[in-house]
Amino acid sequence: MNEAIASRREFLRSAAGAGGGLILALALPPATRLSAAAAASSTAAGSAAAANSINAFVKIGADDTVTLVMHKSEMGQGIYTGLSQLLAEELDCDMGRVRIETAPVAAVYNHPMFPMQFTGGSMSIASCWTSLRMAGATARAMLIQAAADQWQVAPDTCRAERSMVFGPDGQKARFGQLAEAAGKLPPPDPKTVVLKPQDEFALIGKPIKRIEAKEKVNGSGEFGLDVRVPGMLRAVLARPPALGSTPTRIDDTAARAVPGVIKVVSFSAGVAVVARNTHAARKGRDALVIEWQAAPGPVLDTERMRSDYRKLSLALAPLVARNDGDVAAALRSSGTKHLEAFYEVPFLAHAPMEPLNCVADCRADRCDVWTGTQMQSPDRAAAAAVAGLSPEQVFIHTTLLGGGFGRRANPASDFVREAVELSKKLKTPVQIVWTREDDMHGGWYRPLWVNRLQAALGTDGKLLAWHHTVVGQSIMAGTNMQGMIKDGIDPTSVEGAAELPYSIPNVRVDLHTTTAPVRVQWWRSVGHSHTAFAVESFIDECAVAAAIDPLEYRRSLLGGKQQRRRAVLELLAEKSGWGQPLPAGRARGIAIHESFGSVVGEVAEVSMQNGLPRVHRVVAVIDCGMAVNPQMIAAQLESAINYGLSAALYGEITFADGKPQQANFDTYQVIRMNEAPLVEAHILPSKEAPSGVGEPGLPPIAPAVGNAIFALTQERIRRLPMIRGGKFVV
Amino acid sequence: MQKLEINGKIRQVDVEPEMPLLWVLRDVLDMTGTKFGCGVALCGACTVHMDGVATRSCVLPVASAVGHKIVTIEGVSASKAGRAVQAAWIAADVPQCGYCQSGQIMSATSLIAKNKAPTDAEIDSAMSGNICRCGVYNRIRAAIHKAAADIGEAA
Repeated sequence: MNEAIASRREFLRSAAGAGGGLILALALPPATRLSAAAAASSTAAGSAAAANSINAFVKIGADDTVTLVMHKSEMGQGIYTGLSQLLAEELDCDMGRVRIETAPVAAVYNHPMFPMQFTGGSMSIASCWTSLRMAGATARAMLIQAAADQWQVAPDTCRAERSMVFGPDGQKARFGQLAEAAGKLPPPDPKTVVLKPQDEFALIGKPIKRIEAKEKVNGSGEFGLDVRVPGMLRAVLARPPALGSTPTRIDDTAARAVPGVIKVVSFSAGVAVVARNTHAARKGRDALVIEWQAAPGPVLDTERMRSDYRKLSLALAPLVARNDGDVAAALRSSGTKHLEAFYEVPFLAHAPMEPLNCVADCRADRCDVWTGTQMQSPDRAAAAAVAGLSPEQVFIHTTLLGGGFGRRANPASDFVREAVELSKKLKTPVQIVWTREDDMHGGWYRPLWVNRLQAALGTDGKLLAWHHTVVGQSIMAGTNMQGMIKDGIDPTSVEGAAELPYSIPNVRVDLHTTTAPVRVQWWRSVGHSHTAFAVESFIDECAVAAAIDPLEYRRSLLGGKQQRRRAVLELLAEKSGWGQPLPAGRARGIAIHESFGSVVGEVAEVSMQNGLPRVHRVVAVIDCGMAVNPQMIAAQLESAINYGLSAALYGEITFADGKPQQANFDTYQVIRMNEAPLVEAHILPSKEAPSGVGEPGLPPIAPAVGNAIFALTQERIRRLPMIRGGKFVV
Repeated sequence: MQKLEINGKIRQVDVEPEMPLLWVLRDVLDMTGTKFGCGVALCGACTVHMDGVATRSCVLPVASAVGHKIVTIEGVSASKAGRAVQAAWIAADVPQCGYCQSGQIMSATSLIAKNKAPTDAEIDSAMSGNICRCGVYNRIRAAIHKAAADIGEAA
């Protein structure tokens, strides 16, 4: 915490020129640049609304340290490293000299496609591909100009290399020696800044190791839960057992008797037990006696919901995402083989290793928030609303995130809002700690979805018609991303279904959007997490019906425009040994899916052991455009496969009487070391601009495993998770 | 008052005897490297060493730690095994979000301190109590093999 404040002050000091540094703010004259940089700093109240055109990513210290002011949240995906590579490539600085300082909230750090600062959608590298390289190249040009001015030579006779500028006659200067002069120069016209051609890349494309690895192996890395503010109290909440329940009677006698407990406070999020330490707060929370009154309206029950959704899927869906040809007629035509199946997925919790938490210090004229968040500007706006302050009086301090997976991008800022409210009531800094059970019961789940699929195959096995009906809640409705809903269709409900890549003359993809008393949210790979399971399993059913090898079948349905998928399939066939013999009792399954601009194909090798599926090996091939860091890409494939496999095998939040039935890692099982498959990741070489990496590895794993189980047992997996109540259930 | 030996130093803490060691470390001593993950010994994020044995501090009453040598992630580099594991972790680029890694490293260090050449089955057995939601298991396995080999070579 003190470091955060110190670094903010340092930022300001450098911005004012006193520290002898360069803060790069593109396209503004020096005087304006200083005020823009100050506006970008969280200590400069009231001016963060400054222009969109500033760019404040680079600081260079007198000691040559390059500080990348980081506007993206690090949750394991490796963005600190990836963006450093983009910057350092064009700055020609030593990677070892780059350090990260998390950015304050400011418009300059907004996502180029959305008017807010956030990290998600596997978009960070893709959306910063040009801007971070430009930030580096512009800084380099200014350092060279400063050197040229000093040496009285033409700048084009100078060059930069490894944090040094070299002149035509043997002159040389370190970046740190030039930084102050460079900081006073007007930035060059962006049109004159030339980015390196790909064949000159020295850092982009290299497997650079994670730059924050050391702090993650010695315990010093600061996650939200590690934030310590002087005078800070801890709170654990008794939260409503079902959505919308309110306390009608609270007996806090026993809670207040727990040593260390200071106060019990009832507020909008529940009943908070405030204590000197987390243990006392938790013990006090557990000692509360509360009678809750259920919210009026329907009571959530997932079994009933499933059956309602299946019934609904039989009615013609009103929202049509795609309609090629005449599906109804094609499905009615005689002489064809008809297939129909339901594919169902449950509600899922994100269950990051670090339970949700937030520290807030809300005062009369200023509010500070420390948390691991993916959504800084919505959180700032929410905190301001609760605090009764302007957004410029709120300072969001982003820590490392102990996993995000979408949960830390909460559109309602749930975990921030409650901490600010409690701190305001207490008039003291407070850390709200969610227990694992709180985290799992706290809602904002991946929606439960039912998919109904119908197909008609000709006598040659070719697909003539495909009808995919999706039933489920909208994630975007009511959120800050609501504008993405077009003609009533939430794209995240049908993504991965509407873009069906296979050549079929009659295709209809439609949607029933439901409402339910459960809060839903993006969960790693969002809609693709269910559509890929439905599409890639059902296409396998079609291949079986056509008696054609599933890989060949897919290939035969991929037209000329599907070159990326064809190339992925080809490499996947080779690397997985598709068609080669396997040990007895093992089988392979395949799936391929495009999401977040990238295509991933996976082959899973599966056996049955003691009646349960065991995934031994997964071969994955990705086309994500240019590979900025092949090591991070491989790591993300490994990660997405294990995360997706946890969901495919075990993950399920069910409700009875409106209450979630899972609470901790015993009832919400996840993959452990002894179950983790060997993952072999391969990257298709590409010169295209980079596309998503953090999520695209996830969608193919469930269908790949399901298809392997079919190949092995002739049993078709049409509902996830595959293991329920400890038993393999088909 | 509880008298503890943590990372070779004697610490006196005035807490309830049943307070789990985890919260003594994190909230009383501000040693935040040891993590809270589940609170019921299901995930391993809170793993420390008690007399060299990997122990879940979230369910260990502080009174039970009295008279034992406690080592946390902040002190693991004092041992050869600890240093080898940390170095192998960086070489294999193990961490992603990193939150579970203190616990993973404590479990791995305890394993290779006792077993100079663990098999895959022994790694499974020693490490399956430590959950990683980023799913870095393949790299943890590789890093443990590497750390064990590095210690063997150095010996």
